Amino acid sequence: MNGQVAILGCSAVTPLGFTPEENFRAVLEGRSELRLHKGEFGVREPFVASLFNRDAVRKEAYKEGIPGYGFFDTIVLLAASKAIREAGIDPASEKVQFVLSTIKGDGTPLSSSAAALREHFHCKHPVTVVSNACISGLSALVSARRMLLCREDIDYIVVVGAEVQSRFIVTGFQSLKALSEEPCKPFDAGRTGLNLGEASAAVVLGREGAGWQIVRGVVRNDANHISGPSRTGEGSYNALRALLPAPEDLAFISVHGTATAYNDEMESIALERAGLSEVPVSALKGIFGHTMGAAGILESIVSMKAAEYGIILPTAGYSTPGTSRPVNLSASPRRFEAPGSVSFIKLLSGFGGVNGAVLFRWG
Amino acid sequence: MKDGEIVMQMSEEKGTALLGAAYRHLKVSYPKFFKMDAISKAGLIASEILLADERERFVPREDRAVVLFSRHGCEADDIHYRETITDGNYFPSPALFVYTLPNVVTGEIAIRNLYRGETSAYVLEKFDAGQIVSIVSESFEDPVTDSVLCGWVDCADDNNVEALVFQVENGDGEEFTADVINGILTNYK
Repeated sequence: MNGQVAILGCSAVTPLGFTPEENFRAVLEGRSELRLHKGEFGVREPFVASLFNRDAVRKEAYKEGIPGYGFFDTIVLLAASKAIREAGIDPASEKVQFVLSTIKGDGTPLSSSAAALREHFHCKHPVTVVSNACISGLSALVSARRMLLCREDIDYIVVVGAEVQSRFIVTGFQSLKALSEEPCKPFDAGRTGLNLGEASAAVVLGREGAGWQIVRGVVRNDANHISGPSRTGEGSYNALRALLPAPEDLAFISVHGTATAYNDEMESIALERAGLSEVPVSALKGIFGHTMGAAGILESIVSMKAAEYGIILPTAGYSTPGTSRPVNLSASPRRFEAPGSVSFIKLLSGFGGVNGAVLFRWG
Repeated sequence: MKDGEIVMQMSEEKGTALLGAAYRHLKVSYPKFFKMDAISKAGLIASEILLADERERFVPREDRAVVLFSRHGCEADDIHYRETITDGNYFPSPALFVYTLPNVVTGEIAIRNLYRGETSAYVLEKFDAGQIVSIVSESFEDPVTDSVLCGWVDCADDNNVEALVFQVENGDGEEFTADVINGILTNYK
């Protein structure tokens, strides 16, 4: 073993579809469920977000044999169940560990958000909840990779990321004046803030398997501010630097791209400092919104699909460069040649000064 | 208490009031402390006690990670934020909202000490020394990490605060095990 772990199964559940393929197609075709919501969750100001059709999700969950849970638990179990089936593992085995990535869970203390996973799949180990702000999904992958490398008693880890929106979250971002009143425009000169989104996504990791591997991943803090990124991109730069030198087959970087003024500017600086300005970049939040605890896993899975087809995904909402440093983005899909192997980096940052970067490779 | 020695003892104050008294007793000069939520205050005070004798503090470093565990996450602050979004009192507070994340305490410790290494927050179903030791030990897999400030920092609400933190280093010395953690808890409960 060389520090890599294999991805044996994955799933993506969003308002745009219930499979990785459907979600990849939506990004490729520029379809989004970012819509204006008035009065939703009892929030007084209208807001743009990508929200689930709850009935459609419950129907899908019923088909999957998941009835009668709260909505947050339903999307967690739905994503986990699909990924587990693809991986072909027995979730009740002693050898399987579960990790849940979420920021607010079902609105109750997060420790209880793990209970549904434990009960439904009869997990033999305590479920670990990673709650590391907007990078939670990448933190969970980083943590799960290490767990597999270090623990002989565990052979498989199911990592689930999920977030549902609520009055709590929407009013909070409104109070910070961070929300855009229209579908967001990552890295664009006219960007005015982020949109929130709902999603769940899961991967099953194992020690060995053909196909996608997680090569390395790290978390770094800016040590600067709890609710604003470093002006010098310190943490994102250091996280990227830990993955350098860039592999020769690096096809693209899937960035955070929240479409806030500070985040996108910070990322442009971090990419330049890491010598990665020329690497093609894509940002997905103009399609899914910011899916918080699900983002790291969802955006990684959609990026895997794109890489399999030799495609660099378009950045919806982007048209005019809007950062002080150049970023290699495009509003339309681009192709790349991938003879033999391909890799990409997923980058995220979040409140508390956290930044995460994970390197994925196929072949 | 630090390394078995009592640092300060209070019988009257508890929760955030106790943390405020500790801030004054320890003569910490960090006014931002008063803006923090309960869990961040608890993490900050615990880390100040832990690091009080360390030489060369406040020099930027990437080799020290901060990895904290709790059961209630940021629930103590969530309660306060929820009070600002009720139908009768609808003034969502950004100052409270920014603390409604379980990992902000790790960020506050990183900012205070200029730690640019990993910061991670985990929420466990209950206190579990075995889980804490596994995850902390695994964090040394990151080749940059040589030292981890870690442990349990939990606040059910403003009046119930628990903190047990450790400085774990690569190298020789007493091994960081579940027995060590459980032994401390048995001795001082």
